[in-house]
Amino acid sequence: MSEVQEISRSTAVNNETMPKITFIEHDGTVHTVEAEIGATVMETALRNDVASIVAECGGSCTCATCLVHVDEKWSPIVGPPSSEEEEMLDAAFEVKPTSRLSCQIKVTKELDGLIVHTPAYQGR
Amino acid sequence: MSETIKTDVLIIGAGPVGLFAVFELGLLDIKAHLVDILDKVGGQCAELYPEKPIYDIPGIPLITGHGLTEALMAQIKPFGPTFHLGEMVTMVEKTGEAAFRVGTDGGKIFECKVVVIAAGGGSFQPKRPPINGIEPYEDKSVHYAVRKMEHFRDKRILIVGGGDSALDWTLNLQPLAKRLTLVHRRDDFRGAPDSVNKMRALVAAGDMDLKIGQVADLEGADGQLAAASIKEKDGTVTRVEVDAMLPFFGLTMKLGPVAEWGLDLENNLIPVDTAAFETNVPGLFAIGDINTYPGKLKLILSGFHEGALMAQKAYHYVYPDKKLVFQYTTSSTSLQKKLGVA
Repeated sequence: MSEVQEISRSTAVNNETMPKITFIEHDGTVHTVEAEIGATVMETALRNDVASIVAECGGSCTCATCLVHVDEKWSPIVGPPSSEEEEMLDAAFEVKPTSRLSCQIKVTKELDGLIVHTPAYQGR
Repeated sequence: MSETIKTDVLIIGAGPVGLFAVFELGLLDIKAHLVDILDKVGGQCAELYPEKPIYDIPGIPLITGHGLTEALMAQIKPFGPTFHLGEMVTMVEKTGEAAFRVGTDGGKIFECKVVVIAAGGGSFQPKRPPINGIEPYEDKSVHYAVRKMEHFRDKRILIVGGGDSALDWTLNLQPLAKRLTLVHRRDDFRGAPDSVNKMRALVAAGDMDLKIGQVADLEGADGQLAAASIKEKDGTVTRVEVDAMLPFFGLTMKLGPVAEWGLDLENNLIPVDTAAFETNVPGLFAIGDINTYPGKLKLILSGFHEGALMAQKAYHYVYPDKKLVFQYTTSSTSLQKKLGVA
């Protein structure tokens, strides 16, 4: 990961460059996409047709259908869920210590290269 | 015995679009009943984002989902709609020219001239946990709701979840259960503090069990559960003998029975014409998020517009011999009388 990160960090000097996020679906499908700074990881997934993100409530942190498991190495950078989000995780399945609701992760420069894994099942 | 309720229009769904349809129909002297699977009005506005601000209602810079629901309820009050909450429409049958029979899972039967589907993303139904082989147990020994508490007397019950539903049923069923086990993924509960305290007291007194973890596996035969394996946080797996399981993971939207009513469907949406938002079945309309047509946007404001045009066409089914004269609420004394302001 460090190599990938270094490369993307160096290209990020150009302000035009958008952070890249990689979604790895449960069946192994990989989507590496550009994300708009300030958008959420959930919105980025929907714009790029990552099918395993449902996002039923549209980003209100009320449905727990945009669950992602943040890659172990990225988990400390992304940080933990808020208490409101932690409560909502109760309505998700197979929640791990690195799990987050992707509607609650805002894309920043620091997240360039972020890798998240999406679950097989979001509740429907 | 089913009671038969006669009305002009039956609206399926009491979200913002279904509610505003009452207004547009009411101005045309058309009475409506509404059925919604939730136990409250407002649909997604009430269930998914009651406190979140909405910024794109024309003329209202900011309103919450709850606020919009309240405002719509005030706006339609003059028309006296009747609500049937906590019920799902399971059957829609066309019985003649401008005649439908509609049935609910609560055993109600409606006879009406027009049906309006304003069901948004479908019906809110309980989330099914992804446990391998859970399906055969559903409705036999795995239940997503408690209809009769007596059904659980002297049974070994497993309740899964950490919110108010899980806690309330834990407290209600514990006295009559043979043994009750509550499973939650973390040792922190989002339910009402009083319920949490009562549950913890029962655990401390040895009157029920609490396990922190997730249900990994089920055992049983012919739909009857025998045991569940619970994977605890540290990885240990405990086997608990149970007769019934109640998972409470909240709700999700499913299209539900709409698919069985003889309607054309496109990607789980109902195609309609854009003059009246009528489906391929004359007299059966679909408005709001559940319909589709070229250029469709899933916006509340689009649903309001669709309701207004639907009402114009619905009028001709309800009053086939009358001529409809278009009027404005600002200037028509007759409309103002209906609104109770003239």
